[in-house]
Amino acid sequence: MHGRAHEDIEAGRAPVVRLTRLCKDFGARHILSDISLEIAQGSAVALIGANGAGKSTLLRSLVRLVEPKSGDIELLGRDVMALAAGDLARLRSRVGFVFQRHNLVPRLSALSNVLHGVQARSKGPRGWLQCLARQADREEALDCLAAVGLDAVALQRVDSLSGGQSQRVAVARMLMQRPELVLADEPDASLDPQSGEEIMRLLYRLTREKRLTLIVSSHRLEHARHFSDRIIGLNQGRMTLDQASAAASPQNLRSFFIDQAA
Amino acid sequence: MTTGGSRAVRRFALPGITGVVLWTLIIAMIVWSFAETAPSLDRLMRGANRLFAPDGMLARMFPPDLGRLPQVGRSLLETFQMAITGTVLGIVLSFPLAIFAAEGLSPNAFLRGLARIVVAIFRTVPDLVWAIIFIITVGLGPAAGVLAIMVDTMGFAGRFFAEAMEETDKGPREALSAIGATRPGLIFSAVVPQALPAFTATTLFCLEKSVRNSVVLGLVGAGGIGIELKTAFDLFDYDQALTVIIAIFALVIAVEQLSGWIRRKII
Repeated sequence: MHGRAHEDIEAGRAPVVRLTRLCKDFGARHILSDISLEIAQGSAVALIGANGAGKSTLLRSLVRLVEPKSGDIELLGRDVMALAAGDLARLRSRVGFVFQRHNLVPRLSALSNVLHGVQARSKGPRGWLQCLARQADREEALDCLAAVGLDAVALQRVDSLSGGQSQRVAVARMLMQRPELVLADEPDASLDPQSGEEIMRLLYRLTREKRLTLIVSSHRLEHARHFSDRIIGLNQGRMTLDQASAAASPQNLRSFFIDQAA
Repeated sequence: MTTGGSRAVRRFALPGITGVVLWTLIIAMIVWSFAETAPSLDRLMRGANRLFAPDGMLARMFPPDLGRLPQVGRSLLETFQMAITGTVLGIVLSFPLAIFAAEGLSPNAFLRGLARIVVAIFRTVPDLVWAIIFIITVGLGPAAGVLAIMVDTMGFAGRFFAEAMEETDKGPREALSAIGATRPGLIFSAVVPQALPAFTATTLFCLEKSVRNSVVLGLVGAGGIGIELKTAFDLFDYDQALTVIIAIFALVIAVEQLSGWIRRKII
């Protein structure tokens, strides 16, 4: 099942994520059952599965935004389940998270929202608003906005931006964090087809350029195929698919979904 | 499937025994309250006579005596200053209190419970009672009034600030929490900017409320224009009293207009 991961690791790429028999229940429902997998440094993994298959829960469990029931999580060399609150916060600061909804602060400018990413490494009021920020941080935040093509609207309030632009600001905030691993939970789901594809392309390109590991969930099979090098499929909390994206045809991905519905 | 006309569906549900007892108690309480406290028609007529008679209160109010206008002006200014000082102190102090009282922002359940009790006490004890307490502790004058307004503002704004922060969208908070931001970071980057319109509206409302209340506080000796009004009535100088009432009216209207304008500009 973990053929690709093993190839990568044998090729000298260390695993960034290692899950062993991860389980999560909500009440009597098994959301994640016995998930074991390894993800190598620098790879781009797409997570597919129907609604309720456990994609969001899996991503959130990795940094314990959701507390798993049992199992082991090793992330960036740390035993996540054993971390106390302070150490967990330090680990989270190394992991970028892009949500389905952009989760920006609506009344603040794009620049202030991007600047919030600096809070991953420096505490205190200078990370709260762009007008309080250190010059070097302001410039880095502007660079991050430029990387997503939005430096021209740096001082515009984000509630005046479109959905696609807002999601790009969220990606810029993630870059500002200087993460080592990027988790993205259906970043294309609440966008129109064109904006959705743009955001997936952007995430894939930026993480490739910076040699970052990307784990992204998506409902759109063509996105999963085009913007990843490995596809993992979840079906009712179980990992039932793990293959190289290049080897995945539209037909067998579609049949994966049809099998789930059956 | 019915053909209409004869379906036996009850038009009214008969109340159960609890309902009957409850309604009887409510009606009895209303009747009893009216019997004990409502003014009789006879008394209302005599009151109207006293107010509108040729030598009645209303006639003696006109024309207003403007001779004491400078003194009334100074007292009015003091009232306004009391309201501003008390409101600013109250707003500043209610902010940390609200953070401790807000679900999801408070460091722990004990502190949250404690902050909520403090806010509830500040809110439920009337400001006139606070004024009397502070007159006893810090003496007569505007300082007691300022403290009473401060506590009253904390009771009001503490609750509304906490609710405004609890009602903000949780998404930005989750996003910052996911990158390991500190609690002050979450509060000041994600929560406060979202709650700012509600904070502004509450603060302006507090200022309006404080201006109205500070008039009354003077009646018990806590500074401001209230004492002018009390003295004028006590000495039956109704024409002076009218001057004071007009001055109060002008101040309250001016503050309401101003805060309405600010609200429209900012929010």
